[in-house]
Amino acid sequence: MPLALLLTRRLVMAVIDLANPTRFLALVNRLLPWLWAATAVLFVAGIYRAMGAPDDYQQGATVKIMFLHVPSAWLGMFGWALMSVAALGTLVWRHPLADVAGKAAAPLGAAFTFICLITGSLWGRPTWGTYWVWDARLTSMLVLLLLYLGVLALYWTAEDPGRGARAAAILSLVGAVNLPIIKFSVDWWNTLHQPESIFRMGGPTIDPSILTPLFIMTGAFTLLFVTLHLAVMRNEILRRRVRTMQLMQAQALAEAGA
Amino acid sequence: MSLGPHADFIVAAYAVTLFVVAGLIAWVLLDYAALRRVLGDLEARGITRRSRRTEG
Repeated sequence: MPLALLLTRRLVMAVIDLANPTRFLALVNRLLPWLWAATAVLFVAGIYRAMGAPDDYQQGATVKIMFLHVPSAWLGMFGWALMSVAALGTLVWRHPLADVAGKAAAPLGAAFTFICLITGSLWGRPTWGTYWVWDARLTSMLVLLLLYLGVLALYWTAEDPGRGARAAAILSLVGAVNLPIIKFSVDWWNTLHQPESIFRMGGPTIDPSILTPLFIMTGAFTLLFVTLHLAVMRNEILRRRVRTMQLMQAQALAEAGA
Repeated sequence: MSLGPHADFIVAAYAVTLFVVAGLIAWVLLDYAALRRVLGDLEARGITRRSRRTEG
């Protein structure tokens, strides 16, 4: 049997295995300390390299804001992509942990989108001369933040958690159309925001002395996201257990009283 | 390391990021501690979930 097929089968089995929350929690409890440690190490390395990175010939030291702004932009988009995949898991395959994964990703993605907008604004003032402009890239990222807030509001205000999860899943899928718009906004429209400098035909235009710290910081931020995501999923599973047990307690009290 | 004439913007950007990330980590850890406490209380009072009873 071809190796790719075997590996795919193993992966699918693993995802199905982890549908059991207890098994998932056991794995997360073992993994999290290592993930926290690895995240810390990567951030130390990344910050050290970022501080040592050379000044840009045009914008000077303000290029150091890129080491925060670019990773958080990617994670804001990655968070929504994760929510969309989780939404398919909820609506189509009914994977038990899919809506937990989606709900856990929402506040994290929102936070990183917020960081992206704020750091971008602080970067724009000295380099562009303005904190904000309604160009396609900035506007579509702001729309992403508003969509995140919409999803969070759906979870927060739902009377029935199941219905809230389904509504959030649908919004996650609908909002996914924003992701290619964000990505290609700098190509499709005239934007003040610069065009692609990394993932483009012809390779990156950024010098390795700045690109390498950027990749390390991106790795650090991504590992932070993964760590936080698993921790929030764990909290959500525990929260549901508490709710179940409180409902059982209430039921037992009601029966004892009747 | 000189941060140049726009040092304030660079420092502010790093400060905001640190604040938000620290807030996320604090939220996750405090929430976990609170949930563990409540679960401990409930289990001490003898309330268990169906699956725990069949496992245990």
